[in-house]
Formats: sequence, C-alpha cells, structure tokens
Amino acid sequence: MRTLVLVKVALQSIRKNTLRTALTMLGIIIGVGAVIVMVAVGLGAKQRINEKIQNLGTNMIVLTPGATAPGGVSQGAGSFNRLTVADAEVLRREATLLTAVSPVIFAGANIQGGTGNWRTAVNGVSLDFPVIRDWRVASGAFFDAGDLRAARKVAVLGATVARSLFGDQDPVGQEVQIRNVPFRIIGVLAEKGQTATGADQDDVVLAPYTTVQTRLAGRQFIPQILAATASPADIPAAMEEIRAIMRQQHRLASWEDDDFTVRNQADLAAAAEGTTEVMTMLLAAIASISLLVGGIGIMNIMLVSVTERTREIGIRLAVGAHGSDIMVQFLVESTVMAALGGLVGVGVGYAGAALLGHATGWDTVVSPPTVALALAFSAGVGIFFGFYPARKAANLNPIEALRYE
Amino acid sequence: MNTTPVIRTRALTKTYLMGSTQVHALRGIDLTVSPGEFVAIMGASGSGKSTFMNILGCLDQPTSGSYELDGESTAGLDRDALADIRNRKLGFVFQGFNLLARTSALDNVELPLLYARSGRRRAARELALAALARVGLADRAHHHPNELSGGQQQRVAIARALVTEPTLLLADEPTGNLDSRTGMEVLALFQELNRQGITIVLVTHEHDIARYTRRVVELRDGRIIGDDPVSQPGDAAADLASPAFLPQAV
Repeated sequence: MRTLVLVKVALQSIRKNTLRTALTMLGIIIGVGAVIVMVAVGLGAKQRINEKIQNLGTNMIVLTPGATAPGGVSQGAGSFNRLTVADAEVLRREATLLTAVSPVIFAGANIQGGTGNWRTAVNGVSLDFPVIRDWRVASGAFFDAGDLRAARKVAVLGATVARSLFGDQDPVGQEVQIRNVPFRIIGVLAEKGQTATGADQDDVVLAPYTTVQTRLAGRQFIPQILAATASPADIPAAMEEIRAIMRQQHRLASWEDDDFTVRNQADLAAAAEGTTEVMTMLLAAIASISLLVGGIGIMNIMLVSVTERTREIGIRLAVGAHGSDIMVQFLVESTVMAALGGLVGVGVGYAGAALLGHATGWDTVVSPPTVALALAFSAGVGIFFGFYPARKAANLNPIEALRYE
Repeated sequence: MNTTPVIRTRALTKTYLMGSTQVHALRGIDLTVSPGEFVAIMGASGSGKSTFMNILGCLDQPTSGSYELDGESTAGLDRDALADIRNRKLGFVFQGFNLLARTSALDNVELPLLYARSGRRRAARELALAALARVGLADRAHHHPNELSGGQQQRVAIARALVTEPTLLLADEPTGNLDSRTGMEVLALFQELNRQGITIVLVTHEHDIARYTRRVVELRDGRIIGDDPVSQPGDAAADLASPAFLPQAV
C-alpha cells in the first residue's frame, strides 16, 4: 500500500516532465532497439545457415582422409591421403546402417560445348550420390551401373552449367569436351541453390567416378566418401560403424589414431552455428554499449532532477517522509523511465529488424527471450544508474534542502 | 484538560562548527509552552531564532539540553524517528510557502498523509478537503499553486500543516512574502485557529506581527532576553475592516 503510494508519486513526477522523460528514455530506446535488431540479424544468419546445411542432404555422413585431434596437435585433416575407392566399396558392402555410399573425386576442368566454354568442378561419384544428396535429375537420366562399370564418358550437368552452355536448350543428348575428352550429356540436375557459404551448388558436372579417375584425375586416392543412413537417429551408430570398418580396412593397431575423419551435418551445423553465435554475441555486445550509455544518461538526468527538486525533497522530508521513501520514489522514477524506454525500444527493435530485413534482404529473427532479456536489462539499468542519485536525494539534510534556492 | 506542555526545553544549546571557529547559536534556552498558547519568538537575524525553530521543528538536534515535544523526549532520535514526530505532531508554515509546484492544492494538502505511518491515509482525500475548507479554499482544491495568489498559497500551506491535526503549528515568518493586507488575513486565520485551541509558535522579527500573538519571547545572541504576555493583543480580523486595509478604490 505504502509502496503503491510512492509509485504513484513517482509516476506523477514523470508525467510532469514529459519532454525530459522522453529524451532520457531515448537513450534506452535506442539501446534496447539496437540490441534486438543486432541479435535478430545474428539469429537470422544462423537460421539461414542451418537451412542451407539441411539442404546439403539429410542423414548425410562425410568421410575425409586424415586425422583430427580436437584440442591437440594434429597434422590436419587430409594431411595424409588414404581413402580409396576400395574403402567406399567395403563400406557399401559391410555397413548395415548405411543406405547409400558414394566416393567423391574432385576435378576442376574446362568444359567446351554448346555456345562456349565454362570452367567448373567435375565430380566423380557413384550411383548412390543422388540419394545421399537428395538431388533429383530434372531432365534425362542419371548414369547407370553399366556406365560406371565401363567407365563410360557420360556426364550429368548441374543447372548452372547447363544454362551457361546451352541456354534454354535441353542439352541432353548433346556432347561436351571436358579437358578435350568428349562426354555425352545424359541428364541435367534439378536446381539446388547456394550453400551456407554462398557457393553455387549447381555449378557442377557429375560423372561416374571410374571415368573421372581414369580420364581426369588419375589418382588412386579419393578425397571424400559420402554416405547416408535411413534416418537421422541412425547417424551416431552409423558413424561408429564406419569408424570400426575403416580402422579394420586400414589395419590400424589399437594404439593408432584414426587416419580419417567422420563428420555429419550436425557437426557442420554446430561449427557454423558457433561462428554465427560469436558474431551475434559481438553485435549484441556493441549494441549493449548504447544501452549502457542510455543508463548513464538516466543517471545524469536523475542527478539534475535531484538537484533541481532539492526543495521538493526538503518539503517531503519536513512533512514526515523517511529517507527510504525519497529513495524509493526516485528509484521507481528511474526504473519506470528505463523500463518504459525498454518497452518502446522493443517496438523499435521489432520495426527496425523488419525494416532492415526488408531493405537488405537478410533474414532477421526477433527472439522473445532476447526481448525479455533486453527489457529486464533496461529495468536493471534504471535501478543501477538510479541508485546513486536516489541515495543522494534520500540523504539530503531537510533544513538545507528547504533553504535551497 | 490536557496540561502536558507542548514545548518544554531545558538548557538547550546548539554549537556549529563554521570552518574552524565554533559558533554558539543557542546558549541555554529554557522555554515552556502550554497547550492553546500563541507565542511569537522574536529576534534579529543572528539571534538564534532560526536554529531554535529548527530544533523545535525536529529538523535538527540540540548539542546539549533537552527538548520534550508534547511530553515526548526527542533526545537521541534518528532521522526517521524525527520524521515520524514531524509527521504526527507538527505542522509547518514557511515564509516561502514551500508548496509543490505543478501539484494541485488538494494534493499538496494531502502530502503529509501520504507519509503517515498510521491508518489515516485511508481518508486522505476527505481530510485534505476538510483542511482546505477550514482555511476557506474549498473551491480552489484543484488549482495549482501558480494559479493562486500569495495569500491563497500560504493558506494552502496552512491547510497542509493542519491536515494531520498536529499538536503544534510552527510558522516561520509566515507573512514575510505577503503584502500587508494579505499578511493580515493570514494573521487573522492564525488567531481564529488559536481560538479553536491550536497551539501556535510564530517566528518573526517584526513587532507589528508579534503584537497579534499572546506572548512574545525575545532572543538575542542565543539567549532569551524577554518573555512577556502581550497586554492587548491586536485583532487582525477587526483591523482588516479598518480604513487602512480597505481595498483601495480605483
């Protein structure tokens, strides 16, 4: 009841100084708004990256040569290349949890045909590749087992390559020269879009790995094996299975480290998320500084207000206010001011995030926990920065305060 | 009838330290004021009357000696306890009115009740309105101080002092900021309140004001040098009707 009266008194004096209150709140409004917008941008980036990673293919496991030793000294992934086509075949044969396995051999090449030439990546893969990457053929067909066995010179073009070389024409049945080797185009892949890092996934040519190995790369070792499981739940067990099979295949003694690395999309997502999280924190930290500056603004105004209202404080003390009554009054004033500013700032944050998303095309995601945190923080700023002026007011000597001109 | 003195001071002294020199503002004051009295405390500036007023008003503590207000000793009380005594037993009227600006007359009068520790807050509105009616300003309840004349502002301040039904009304040069006519009106109000039984101590340096009280205590250099009843107190209400105070014809 008593506190209620003091809150009423504080609200009255806020109302009496509308312009000043609004200007003081501006600092907090900008601070809270900035925090919300910055975090929204960060979360938006994170969400976008997650979507892209999902887009790479669900249930996908990536096997690369070379060890990773988290937290310790490592030669680095790929430092010693020991993945072979045989490894992929063994996995395909022995692993029970894998529904698809494909080696991937990368070869950069210049392609001639259609209207000109185009430099792109030629990936040698197996029949399982479209399943693993969840990638349809839009026109024509993917190569078959016969093509793979015979290492036929057939190619499936990514949408970008097809468009660059053949325009709107259907390239199926046409011929292209890849490093001056003639390949027959048997299919065009469906459009897949960009990766998380912005690379064009459609700028690619797929061919049987046998053909790429013999005609283009000519190496025994392969840089990557992709595999897929039936469901995401199988992934941890499948990864263990791959490890066991690979250790046996590579004849590693029990004291030897893995000479390969098994990762899944979740790991990649976590790594990417870590990066955006750091970015988000950084943005939020910078934005918080403006909130801090807003808080100092409140302290400044409250100090001015205490000086200006010395006589009022003197009157209140003279008619029987306790020091604590005065303190509560000023604390409520600064806290209400900050919290009100925070509330307006939330609105500004929502609007700002939407506006920024609209103007730049970025995804912005305003998260309710951030909003709650920013609000609580702004109220905290009010209490923290209001404390010193409030205590100063509470400790005034009533005689001097009454005499103050 | 209650015979406990409203004010009872014994050997009251107050010493300030101004820089490195000691200033003896009060040098031993013995004063007793009984219920229903109307006392003027007079003295030139520097006589110690402001210091004495602050101690009587429980705004300050004496260096030595004792002060009992309405039988209650104020020795050794802390800030908050003094604040409670001010709230319960004292009403202040200042020279500069000291009303809260941008706050209605009614809210100003209500102010002491906001800080009351007892249950009086419940009826604060009604009590404040009654106090305003008592000083003849019931129709100005919702005016702000800057919409009121000086005399009206001072009457709001008196209503604020009365609203808690204090034991003692302390007035510090209450007419100092008023022209002589409105000053006289305020004095008439004090006399009326005193007739109703309210104990008033009025601090002034003007003999013309003091003669409307019923007892004059004179201070000089921190000591009481005179304490006499006023033989023929003036009647402010009657003097207002005299030709000198008639509103001047335009």
